[in-house]
Amino acid sequence: MANKILVVDDEPNIVLSLEFLMKQAGFQVRTASDGEAGLTAITAEQPDLVLLDVMMPRKNGYEVCQAIRANPDWKAIRIIMLTAKGREVEREKGLALGADDYITKPFSTQEVVERVRELLAEAS
Amino acid sequence: MLGDGVIVASALAYMGILFGIAYYGDHRADAGRSIIANPYIYTLSLAIYCTAWTFYGSVGLAAVSGVDFLAVYLGPTLMAVLFWFVLRRIVRITKVHRITSIADFIGSRYGKSGLLAGLVTLIVMLGILPYISIQLKAIAASFGLLRQYPEVARMAASVQQPIWMDTTFYVALILIVFTILFGTRHIDNTERHEGMVAAAAFESLFKLVAFVLVGVAVTFVIFDGPGDLFQRAAAHPDLAPLLRFEVVPGGYGGWLSLTFLSMMAFLFLPRQFQVLVVENVNEVHIRKATWLFPLYLFAINLFVLPIALGGRLIFSDGRVDADTFVLALPMAEQMPLLALLVFLGGLSAATSMIMFETVTLSTMVCNDLVMPILLRANPRWLAGRSDLSGLLLSIRRVGIALLILLGYLYFRFVGESYALVTSGLVSFAAAAQFAPPVLIGLFWKRANRRGALIGLTGGFLVWAYTLFLPAMARSGWIGHDFVDVGLFGLEWLKPYALFGLEGLDPYMHSVFWSMLVNIGGLVYGSLPGRPDPIEQVQGSQFVDILKRERHDGDSLLWRGVVETADLYDLLARFLGPQRASEAFDRYAADRGGYPLQADSHLIHYTERLLAGAIGAASARVMISSIVMGEVLSIEEVMTILDESTQVLEYSRRLEQKSRELEAASAELREANNRLRELDRLKDEFISTVTHELRTPLTSIRAFSEILLSNSEMDVEQRSKFLSIIVKESERLTRLINQVLDMAKIDSGRIDWHIDDLDLRALIQDAINSTSQLFHDKTAMLREELGNEPVMIAGDHDRLIQVIINLLSNAVKFCPEPDGEVTIRLQPSLNAWRIEVIDNGPGIAPDQHKLIFEKFHQVNDSHAGKPKGTGLGLPISQKIVEHHGGRIWVESEVGQGSTFIVELPGKR
Repeated sequence: MANKILVVDDEPNIVLSLEFLMKQAGFQVRTASDGEAGLTAITAEQPDLVLLDVMMPRKNGYEVCQAIRANPDWKAIRIIMLTAKGREVEREKGLALGADDYITKPFSTQEVVERVRELLAEAS
Repeated sequence: MLGDGVIVASALAYMGILFGIAYYGDHRADAGRSIIANPYIYTLSLAIYCTAWTFYGSVGLAAVSGVDFLAVYLGPTLMAVLFWFVLRRIVRITKVHRITSIADFIGSRYGKSGLLAGLVTLIVMLGILPYISIQLKAIAASFGLLRQYPEVARMAASVQQPIWMDTTFYVALILIVFTILFGTRHIDNTERHEGMVAAAAFESLFKLVAFVLVGVAVTFVIFDGPGDLFQRAAAHPDLAPLLRFEVVPGGYGGWLSLTFLSMMAFLFLPRQFQVLVVENVNEVHIRKATWLFPLYLFAINLFVLPIALGGRLIFSDGRVDADTFVLALPMAEQMPLLALLVFLGGLSAATSMIMFETVTLSTMVCNDLVMPILLRANPRWLAGRSDLSGLLLSIRRVGIALLILLGYLYFRFVGESYALVTSGLVSFAAAAQFAPPVLIGLFWKRANRRGALIGLTGGFLVWAYTLFLPAMARSGWIGHDFVDVGLFGLEWLKPYALFGLEGLDPYMHSVFWSMLVNIGGLVYGSLPGRPDPIEQVQGSQFVDILKRERHDGDSLLWRGVVETADLYDLLARFLGPQRASEAFDRYAADRGGYPLQADSHLIHYTERLLAGAIGAASARVMISSIVMGEVLSIEEVMTILDESTQVLEYSRRLEQKSRELEAASAELREANNRLRELDRLKDEFISTVTHELRTPLTSIRAFSEILLSNSEMDVEQRSKFLSIIVKESERLTRLINQVLDMAKIDSGRIDWHIDDLDLRALIQDAINSTSQLFHDKTAMLREELGNEPVMIAGDHDRLIQVIINLLSNAVKFCPEPDGEVTIRLQPSLNAWRIEVIDNGPGIAPDQHKLIFEKFHQVNDSHAGKPKGTGLGLPISQKIVEHHGGRIWVESEVGQGSTFIVELPGKR
């Protein structure tokens, strides 16, 4: 059974590209365009992994990450943070909040796919 | 019973007692145990103000004009009230500057001027002669009267006798001897005469007792108590007016001038200055004297009126001169002992006055007249003599003899024609001339030597012309014509009615004119120009005397080198070796030894000691003759003074600087905080810009890689992805341009091309270049631009950028379909107003300001919403503000938005 991926980002073109990449890699993909919509989507159906943008309206990525980690039912969800702010502080902040990986925009498509696969393999 | 022998013997015995007291006083002073250092002796010594004139003359005056005589005592009483205010300053100054006389005081005040001190001495010499003469006259008259006891008869005028038959002459000779013995035993560096003060105090007590005894005898023995006496006087037609004020000659004006004259004379007659100021041991004594001395005056005047009235009643035939009532009454009533006591009391009053006045005056003559002349005329001759103290003493002794003899001559040839009081007032008026330079000099720093010289000379000349010369004329020594018809026959030059000022008594007239000239001259002469440095130093030292604790200002004025031994030699020559070495020992004890090369402090110390012996002006000349390098030149003194003021100025400026520094560092802190804030903002800006740049770049890279690795992608999807790449590239380009624009505007490096332009045409251009956007979205644009061109000054390209930005925003946020945008151009107050109205979602009021901040976008959840750069509105705002206009938004959520630009311009 294919793993379920949730893409949360407010940039429609980035969502579109990630959706294409994940589907191509054989995952089941859903999308959300802001933090709250992302959490609603998780509640509706728990994904195996979330690709989570940091700078978003209505709950940014950090808040969403915190909310996921605060819920013990969602312990199994892997989180990869995506951000255009490339500074080390932000990376550490994300990891500290419970993200499993951190990828800087613009990203290499190949790398994103590889990281997702690795994380899912670790989990299973 | 009272033969000549008895009278002369008791007089001499009395003088002997006085001499004993004086000798004892000096002896105690030398031993350092002063007997005069208490306020009671001080007060009693002040009573030398009450001379034979008081003793005899008051009664004489009261017998003729009633209570008039009181003015002469009211003056000093008023002055006593001012003691603490005026006298204390003078005393302090005198102590600090070792001033020895009124001439020295005035000379010192005005830059240690020898000329001024000499002038004062000259005025005193002339002015005081009438005063000395009346004392001699009183002694001679009382002696003449008493020796005829028990007969009471008018004495024959002594003028008719040859000099060697004249008792007054012998009285003068005896007084010369006694005065020399009393007053010039040695040269003192403070010019104080404790023995004489003690003797004067005793005399004051003695004359008071004698006078009161007569008063008591007249009131209670001859008459039946004061009630009886005054009743009988009131019943007498000639005497009744004496008890009222109406008989005062010259009315209240006369009273005022008498009071004023006596007030000034009390302070500025040389002997008064001597006892009040120079002989003052302790300033605190002044406080007690303030009330004690008026009490003495009250006591000695208490019986004046009873005696005068009694005299008038008893000698109603006019055979006895009213001036001698005091003595004649006990004689007529057969009271020989009382009569003798009265004679001695009068003698006491007269001798104390003569001795003090002449000693004081001879010191002035010596220090301020003779020595300066000798020093100037032949300094070498003086320098060659080893001990000058003998010379000084000789000059003073000759001075005393000369003064008393001159007084005698005045008495013999002028004074006979005057009553006691009137002669005295001539002297009072002369002494009053010193009031302006002293009093004004005490409180007005700018009063200078020139002014004092002009004022004093003028006042003195007026005095001489209006009082002294007429007195000479009256005795026949000079022609009387100028008194009657004026000098050269000019009416307005009449001495008693200058410039037609008539109706005043001669004293008031003279006081009025001389004071006017004196004060006027002082002020007029002082106003222009800047005083000499030494005048400035002295002026401020005198005026500020009570403010200072130490008085080193003077030592500024000596520079240069002199051997201490030379200074000692100089001092020894004037004070004698013993006193000089005592003085140097004191200095060494105070300062822990003295240097071989005298410093300015020691020079100054010597100058002050010397000033005590020979006066300030002469001392200065002497010191400057031996100090190598001489007196500082005026320029140098100015420099020193300037430097000290500069130091003050400098420290004042330092304080100001440090205050400024504090302010500056606070400002710097502030600026630093601002900079840090700016730095933080810049970091944030860069971080935000980076984020904004990376976002389109992410899409571009992602789709490029997808396209690259999926070569078999269907055409439709491929072109969709490619168009995304193109759009994001455009977005990136736009973003980069706007960031650059923003940076340029922020840093002010943008070039503005301000020209006259037609705003309406400009808006039209903007509409044209955005028409594609409206077309794409099928939105409608309504134009309300009017028909006339609208000319303003502005940068065409920048303004069009603003309008395009607003139009694209409007169309971007309009609903699709049914988007509606209105653009309107209309005049407002002194400006043109452009409104861009859309029917989009509207903007919440809390966002109205934020949307003009960089990279602030109104985010919402509507996915697929066109994204701006977040710089359009901030850039538009900068541009509008640069044109002097403003931009803002009016909107409610759900009501659409109206963006308004106002640009200033003519309508």
